[in-house]
Amino acid sequence: MRPFSGHVLAFLLGTLVLTTAQATDQWPTPPASKPPDQVSGPLTGGTGDHSKYEALKQPFSSGPEVTKACLSCHTETGKHFMKNIHWTWEYRNPETGQLLGKKHLVNNFCTNARGNEGMCAQCHAGYGWKDESFDFSDETNIDCLVCHETTGTYYKTPNSEGSPACSVMFEDMAPIDYNLVAQSVGLPQRANCGTCHFHGGGGDNVKHGDLSSALTNPPRDLDVHMDAKGLNFACTACHITKSHIWAGSRYHVIAKDEKGTGKPGERRDVATCESCHGNEPHPVDSLAPFKLNDHISSVACQTCHIPEYARGGVATETDWDWRTAGKTRNGEGYHEHGYTQGNGEERYTYKSIKGTFTYGENLVPLYRWFDGQMNYTTIDTKFDVTKPVAINDFTGSREDPRSRIWPFKRMTTWMPADMGNGTLVYNHLWGQDEDSYWGNYDMGKSIAHGMKAFNLPYSGEYGFVKTYSYWPITHMVAPKEQALDCADCHSKNGRLQGVEGVYMPGRDNNRWLDLIGIIAVAGTFLVILGHALVRIFSPKGAKH
Amino acid sequence: MTIRRVRIFSLFERFWHWTQMFLILVLMFSGFGLHGFHHLLDFKQAVTLHTLAAFLLLLLWAFSIFWLFTTRNWRHFIPTVKGMWQVLRFYSFGIFQGEHHPYRKAYWRKHNPLQALAYLMLKIVLFPLIWISGLAYLFYFLWRDIPHATQVLDGVALVHTGAAFTIVVFVMIHVYMLTTGHSFKEHVMPMISGFDDVDLSPEEEAYLLKDEPGVIR
Repeated sequence: MRPFSGHVLAFLLGTLVLTTAQATDQWPTPPASKPPDQVSGPLTGGTGDHSKYEALKQPFSSGPEVTKACLSCHTETGKHFMKNIHWTWEYRNPETGQLLGKKHLVNNFCTNARGNEGMCAQCHAGYGWKDESFDFSDETNIDCLVCHETTGTYYKTPNSEGSPACSVMFEDMAPIDYNLVAQSVGLPQRANCGTCHFHGGGGDNVKHGDLSSALTNPPRDLDVHMDAKGLNFACTACHITKSHIWAGSRYHVIAKDEKGTGKPGERRDVATCESCHGNEPHPVDSLAPFKLNDHISSVACQTCHIPEYARGGVATETDWDWRTAGKTRNGEGYHEHGYTQGNGEERYTYKSIKGTFTYGENLVPLYRWFDGQMNYTTIDTKFDVTKPVAINDFTGSREDPRSRIWPFKRMTTWMPADMGNGTLVYNHLWGQDEDSYWGNYDMGKSIAHGMKAFNLPYSGEYGFVKTYSYWPITHMVAPKEQALDCADCHSKNGRLQGVEGVYMPGRDNNRWLDLIGIIAVAGTFLVILGHALVRIFSPKGAKH
Repeated sequence: MTIRRVRIFSLFERFWHWTQMFLILVLMFSGFGLHGFHHLLDFKQAVTLHTLAAFLLLLLWAFSIFWLFTTRNWRHFIPTVKGMWQVLRFYSFGIFQGEHHPYRKAYWRKHNPLQALAYLMLKIVLFPLIWISGLAYLFYFLWRDIPHATQVLDGVALVHTGAAFTIVVFVMIHVYMLTTGHSFKEHVMPMISGFDDVDLSPEEEAYLLKDEPGVIR
């Protein structure tokens, strides 16, 4: 009786804990106490309480004033910070020599930040970048708060007004209490990074597919590391940081980390799974994990452990069609709802300023060999406008020692291009003038303006090209019990059906060998049958 | 020459035979499952079962090879053409005419020439093909970075699957052969009890009666 009652008690207690937790979730307002700090790697905990510093008690009326106060103690941080990509928006790929970064690239979402900084540079970790005159050498232009404040009351608005049609969106926002936010600073929480990274491409999870607001407070099912009630990792737990330079880059991915954890206590400047989990991550408790551990030389961890992306109730965009942009009603732009995502929120399926969107949730990734090297179609790349063009193409193969099979989100977009010269274009979307597309809806004018502003050749003939962009999937790591099963790939028409260069049992077979084998077995059976029949029916052989 | 009941299959040999049979059945079932011919096992179970059975079979073979050479039993498998024609003729014609099997087991020749050749080929060609290709297959990740590894893997898979089909054919014929002659049961019993009719020379008979009384009935 005793063990039984023990079980009942444990069960009741478990239910109680569970219901309390659920009740907490459903509170209309968050509890007054601050949630526990997320795990941010070695720096977790810190050594000071910013609410006690005199420098942060002086009256502030703007962000740069707060930054000056920050720099008065953190004397070297400004110099460190100015080297990182959140500030420079620029990255020179050491292997391809391509000049990348938001400052230069064209993407197949809102197309180009260049020339539209008044809007896009809301996500620049600085103050006031609205055009080419921005001073990248002024430390007081750094925005410390967007990454470090923890109240959730800080926000940013566009650096320039833009068309009146757009600026209405940013009116009537509550003023920021700079002292409150300044004294709240701590290590970046998921919500800080998420301000921009969850909303890339113009909305929640639009761009990446594996980075959405669902990760602000995710359950274990959605991400086993960021699980708010479990490991509770901040982004920087993996994207470890040294002097404000972060590990982990989409411009140069480490597709295969053969160094693993390194020596005990060794600091690794990579955000790879292997840097924590090592190169034999599956505990060997039977025969199968041996085989799983073998697979890591060919298959990225993400391939099996992120079975689907855009989970957690927030959809991602899979197709974008700029060809339909610019429709107006009574001379004004409009938008249409048409998609209700998992968490109940409505998403726009059409916006006059952007065109038509298609959404998806719980999507199975595309799987390809990937060597970590992205090659971009930049503003000066010429291509054949009659064929689909990859905004960022990648290489990788079975033969390449750096490559592994990776999961990708593939984004398909019909977007404007210079049909005469066969290049992408800088579109002048944001501005107070009469050429800006957002507000005036004349793409011919806006492209001509965007190209002229940077002295780029433009044929004057714009059209639309089909483009792809590829986003390696690496977040939303599911708990191990939800990882893919062997047969998800080792089967006909399985997930790796399109992956070339390797013989996979269960997926592949030699047609001829199978045919010959089946004929041999069937033939043997027929010969045996014939032999037996002759034996049975021949009068003298009946017994034998 | 006298026909006597003699224990021609020792306990180890019988254990070897039946364990091998069981493991080969497991390997066939799991292997063709992995190949995609059936889905009665999930892939992980099939891999585990296939690998485990393969290792056990390799272990068994290690013991059996040791046994064959230390007990001189390997001599049963030396190929010979002597009597081969009669055996082939029997299975092709004589068997339908009510003839008796032409071969009489001898104490140091318990297999007829056709059997001896078939088993020898199994031991030195088919089994090595399947276990060498199988080990190469299993440890693919150790040699995946050599040049042309994927083409080699294709070849390994081809050999492994081809050998598997051939073993299926062997098993079918092997089992069918048991139905020829007196009866299925009489063919199977020696591999269970160990005893079969053997044509003994007077010297062998005298030796067994005196020195190995448990081996002769």
